[in-house]
Amino acid sequence: MNVVVCVKQIPDPADPGALDPNTKTLKRDGKLILDESDSYGVEMALQLVDAAGSGEVTLVSMAPNGEVSGLRTALAMGAAKAVLVSDDALAGSDALGTSKVLAKAIARAGEADLILTATESSDGYTGTVPEQIAELLQLPSVTFAKEIAVDGSTLKVQRQTEAGYDEVECPLPAVVSVTAGVVEPRYPSFKGIMAAKSKPVDQVTIADLGIDAASVGWAGAGQEIVEIAQAEAREAGTIIEDDGEAFAQVVKFLDDLKVV
Amino acid sequence: MAISKIWVFAESLEGKASNTSLELLTKARELADTVEVVAADGAAIAAQVGAYGATKVHNVSVDASKLHGSAIAGAIAEAVNAGNGPDVILTATSYTGRDVAGRLSVRVDAPVITNVVDLVEKDGALAGVEPVFGGSTDVYTKFTSGKVGIFLVRPKSFAAEESGGGAAEVAELAIPDLGATGTPVVTNRFVEEKTGPSLDDAAVVVAGGRGLGEKDKYEMIETLAKLLNAAPGASRAIVDAGWVPYSYQIGQTGKVVKPTVYIAAGISGATQHLVGMKGSKNIIAINKDPEAPIFSVADLGIVGDVHKVLPKVIEALQSR
Repeated sequence: MNVVVCVKQIPDPADPGALDPNTKTLKRDGKLILDESDSYGVEMALQLVDAAGSGEVTLVSMAPNGEVSGLRTALAMGAAKAVLVSDDALAGSDALGTSKVLAKAIARAGEADLILTATESSDGYTGTVPEQIAELLQLPSVTFAKEIAVDGSTLKVQRQTEAGYDEVECPLPAVVSVTAGVVEPRYPSFKGIMAAKSKPVDQVTIADLGIDAASVGWAGAGQEIVEIAQAEAREAGTIIEDDGEAFAQVVKFLDDLKVV
Repeated sequence: MAISKIWVFAESLEGKASNTSLELLTKARELADTVEVVAADGAAIAAQVGAYGATKVHNVSVDASKLHGSAIAGAIAEAVNAGNGPDVILTATSYTGRDVAGRLSVRVDAPVITNVVDLVEKDGALAGVEPVFGGSTDVYTKFTSGKVGIFLVRPKSFAAEESGGGAAEVAELAIPDLGATGTPVVTNRFVEEKTGPSLDDAAVVVAGGRGLGEKDKYEMIETLAKLLNAAPGASRAIVDAGWVPYSYQIGQTGKVVKPTVYIAAGISGATQHLVGMKGSKNIIAINKDPEAPIFSVADLGIVGDVHKVLPKVIEALQSR
């Protein structure tokens, strides 16, 4: 069983983000890391390939400047290889443009039985890419998966719902978005980290994928940020240090609001 | 800004339109001359959406056992591509709403503006307002493609108000051939048993985070929630850690809540979390770290150990 996992390399969420005042988009000039949201899909893919007894996990990513540090993390976890699309023409791409690129990159990665993504990235969080990829590839999809099993050529997914979860079945190949926290992503072993350094990363441009530059990047984004404004701030509240009696303030606050 | 027609994708459960659908209809009425609905259960909700301003329901007869995303998106796209569509489509940031918006976006080759909490006029066009950096900054985005504008709007962005309109007329919107994309079928539905009020409706929400230290300590949150007739909630950190189910999650991914009182216990207040609860009327935060971002939105902030403060609050309330 061959599984492709779409992974995003993002600025470290621990560093406060900032918007570039000229382009009005998120600054992405620092070191990029593997989006933690994607580590769950990587883990799930590795488990599914293990259970199938054959096949491999291929990563697909789009990042500026040939950035591979996040990909190496996922390769160290056990993925076999990666396709990285890096092209100056991609700067400013919106979710639809990104999906067009990823769909072509997935096709380049070879025949896949299953394509996994996160439900949304931790920096852009549009949450539309999984479905956009599925539609571009004309594949069925199940979003918000918390458990995946493969039975022959049928996929069985537990899909989160407002009330609980649904059991959903669909034929392979398919696109599935994986909810964060549903599996425990493995830590790369030392051996894995060393092996990752020599695993193949197929770095390509949009020309290699046959993508028209006008359909991606700033040119292809059919949307424009017209203003960035400070949101209305909440009025500063009362902050007190607990001296053992602060609980009484909480109770009084609740009493004053008559919610007790 | 001349928007003549808006379509709202209205989700429903057991023949009742979701609250978010009604919120979207209320806002749509303010923005456009004609407001219509697309729904999978059109006949059942025609009177209800009519009362919120929709004059027509485009019913998509999708097999109830199938996932709806591809069929709804396909039906809307056929109308749009044939020149019979609206200027703007509003869908909720929900499981199915996202599926619809993503697939529709590809079918009509138009982008989606996501995470929208308000819709306003900017430079003669409709712009979506998206909060970033924990809600400290608002980003206004408009479409430049000249195509149909698809907006994914967060729940509770607008108050739902009736217009007093009569039942909407129901018409059928045809589903095109979906190929493999229409195959996913729901074989079983599981409802997680929950007692007490839901996060959506509760006047009080008590939420716990990583500061609780371990899974068992979440019991304190549940105990306090019960005493206050509140809904228990959680930060993403402890959902990811498997302490509580995803349905408890409040934040960017997860639920948006706007209760009268929000109690954040052991939650530092990452951007991810603040976006989901910043609209609460009153916020109480208890956290050890005086620098925790949660204190920037708190009306009452207690710098202290949740393991010491919460039991005393619980005891004081129990003794009444």
